[in-house]
Amino acid sequence: MDLSPSEAQRMLRHSAERFIAEHYGPAARRHAMQDPMGFKRENWRKLADLGWLGLPFPEEVGGFGGGPVEVAILMEEFGRGLATEPYLSTVLLAGTLIAECGTEEQRMGLLPAIINGERLLSFAHYESDARAGLSEVHTVAHTDNQGWMLHGRKMAVLDAVSADVHMVSARLPDAQGVGIALFLVPKDAAGVRLRDAPRLGGGRVAELTFEQARLPPDARLGTGGDMLPAIEGVVDRAVAALCAEAAGMMRSMFDATLDYTKVRKQFGRPLGANQVIRHRLADMYVQCEEARAMAARAALLVGADTDSTQRSLAASGAKVKIGRCARNVAEQAVQLHGAMGVTDELNLGLYFKRVLVFEALFGSVDYHLQRHVKLFGNSRSE
Amino acid sequence: MALSCTPEELRFRDEVRAFIAARLSPELRRASSLNVSFFSDPDIVAPWQRALHERGWVAPGWPQEHGGPGWTAPQRWIFESECAAAGAPQLSPMGIKMVGPVLMRFGTSAQKKFYLPRILSGEDRWCQGYSEPGSGSDLASLKTRAVRRGDHYIVNGTKIWTTHAHFANRMFALVRTSDEPRQQDGISFLLIDMASPGITIRPIMMISGDHDVNQVFFDEVKVPVTNLVGEEGRGWTCGKYLLEFERGGGVNSPKLRYALEKVRGLANSDLSYKAISHPEIATKLSEIELDVQTLEFLELQVLSALQRGENPGPVSSVLKLRASEIHQAISRVGVEMVGQNALVEERRRPLHALNDTPIIPEGVLSVVPRHLNGRANTIFGGSSEIQRDIIAKQVLGL
Repeated sequence: MDLSPSEAQRMLRHSAERFIAEHYGPAARRHAMQDPMGFKRENWRKLADLGWLGLPFPEEVGGFGGGPVEVAILMEEFGRGLATEPYLSTVLLAGTLIAECGTEEQRMGLLPAIINGERLLSFAHYESDARAGLSEVHTVAHTDNQGWMLHGRKMAVLDAVSADVHMVSARLPDAQGVGIALFLVPKDAAGVRLRDAPRLGGGRVAELTFEQARLPPDARLGTGGDMLPAIEGVVDRAVAALCAEAAGMMRSMFDATLDYTKVRKQFGRPLGANQVIRHRLADMYVQCEEARAMAARAALLVGADTDSTQRSLAASGAKVKIGRCARNVAEQAVQLHGAMGVTDELNLGLYFKRVLVFEALFGSVDYHLQRHVKLFGNSRSE
Repeated sequence: MALSCTPEELRFRDEVRAFIAARLSPELRRASSLNVSFFSDPDIVAPWQRALHERGWVAPGWPQEHGGPGWTAPQRWIFESECAAAGAPQLSPMGIKMVGPVLMRFGTSAQKKFYLPRILSGEDRWCQGYSEPGSGSDLASLKTRAVRRGDHYIVNGTKIWTTHAHFANRMFALVRTSDEPRQQDGISFLLIDMASPGITIRPIMMISGDHDVNQVFFDEVKVPVTNLVGEEGRGWTCGKYLLEFERGGGVNSPKLRYALEKVRGLANSDLSYKAISHPEIATKLSEIELDVQTLEFLELQVLSALQRGENPGPVSSVLKLRASEIHQAISRVGVEMVGQNALVEERRRPLHALNDTPIIPEGVLSVVPRHLNGRANTIFGGSSEIQRDIIAKQVLGL
């Protein structure tokens, strides 16, 4: 029982802090947001050079063998700087599913190209509200002697516009029960239609439509079997990573607000001289610390060595606790900035929007609270 | 970074469990579970403290040279967790966690030699003389005065909210020894024998019906000068050091986890008409569970920092603030669950030795009194408002 970071973890945090300080100043961030891809490709190459695109992958494919704790360190700093790179889509979702479920050809064909920054992937799974859960898939895949035909529609696909390959979930009509398969769909495959839009607070999001999209026989990820358990595991870990990112965003919002209340004067004294403001800031600080602790806890408990119930409890629990704290810190940060807080002249609004994105991704606070209630009850009655 | 126990830690945990199984009797456990007050009554504490003392486990946080077990931070955590999970009586913190550390830091060698062993053995029972009728949150405005006359101080004044003064044989007190431009500079830290002539104790009943606290009056009370801790006029430093221990030096989350487990047990039982089947109750319990997990993790982070030899800083206010709020959330949901059994006001004490059978089941007997008494959690040891002031000033630089 020791929560001290290792020397390697300290170094990772240090270099991530430095990277964000150097590359995510306000001007650079606005510039990146105007890029049609939602981020700057040269930043992605820098992430590759630093080895971070290979952070969670095993060493045999050129990765660094890191776990959720290392990912959380990186994500927290990404959150502080409000990075918009498709790290979640390419590395933590699609890339991790390839590493865990892909055939040898798929692993060796794609992972080294992901790690060196050449290939980008999206993860196209949701079709309706995330509240419906991860098994709600209606996209279908038919097979014939030429390969696969994909038909359906995916919504809220993060970073699809920059992806070379979309990882798409679909049902096999002849499969019994809830079997879900994953397919690797090249961006230029016939029958694939992409409608791209800006994502709230930076980055891109898209709708993907597949109309009898033709895929080669080896487009299916892995060698068969239901992919839902693997998707659940990867999404739980993604939720934990997003929680760390949210903790970083909260910290930046809080720091900006604290600074502002020290310099902004009204009635002849700084805002921070008023007890009502001081106490609110104290509560915001407590929530930032709580969020950070809960994100670190989730990172320790969503690793591959945790059983699936404990893993899901840790992820959902963190989403609930951090979701509540993040919303309060974001709302109060805007409130304490006064009218400036609702203008586009500050970065604060971008953080506020990204908190909304955090809340909406992979299920709301209420969804995860109900999931926690159910899993917790089950885990106790066993 | 690891949340799991090492093999040595697991061995230690088993050792603690075996000790508790052998020495914590079912009667003691029952009495403890029906104890409403923040600190267990002396008749519950004494046998448990004797058992711990035989084993050298009374003061987990003390260094070995003063009779502590010399445990690592994780060992202390495991010990506190196991004791809380077993429902063991809570030893009074006023000697072990409050005046003890102050004496180790600021006391003379004669004071350490005399007082520390008596804290461990339970021979001395301490109470805290801090608040006064006119000095609550504004503690530094205190007026109880100690005037030097030869080898003694003559103490006049009054202290209030003195928990267990009626059981204590000693008090550590903040008293005014001089008037200085800065109020804090005229305060001294004094050890007072409660048997001294001129001391009277007035009980104050709590809304729960418990007698925990008192007002203590001092009328020309003679205290030897050798009972001064640290320098005259420097008592505020000792007092603040002690308050940091009171707020965050210990670990709170194991006790909160025990309280939550008890409430969860209630939710799953007929005593609450299986309240867990109501979604709003189940949801509240999950939310509180997450709050407890968060506090646990924050406390473990502090322990890890201590273990690395780092000073955890002013985090004690964060921990006190959250622990007190979570405590209240747990007791409140307990009241919601017992439904109309909450209508009975049981003011007889102790609850483990009532001379007839109450009209509500024993399992719900302490729920309402504990909730009532628990409202004090966000008030004592520096109210939540004071904790927020401390965070704003010391952490945020406001």
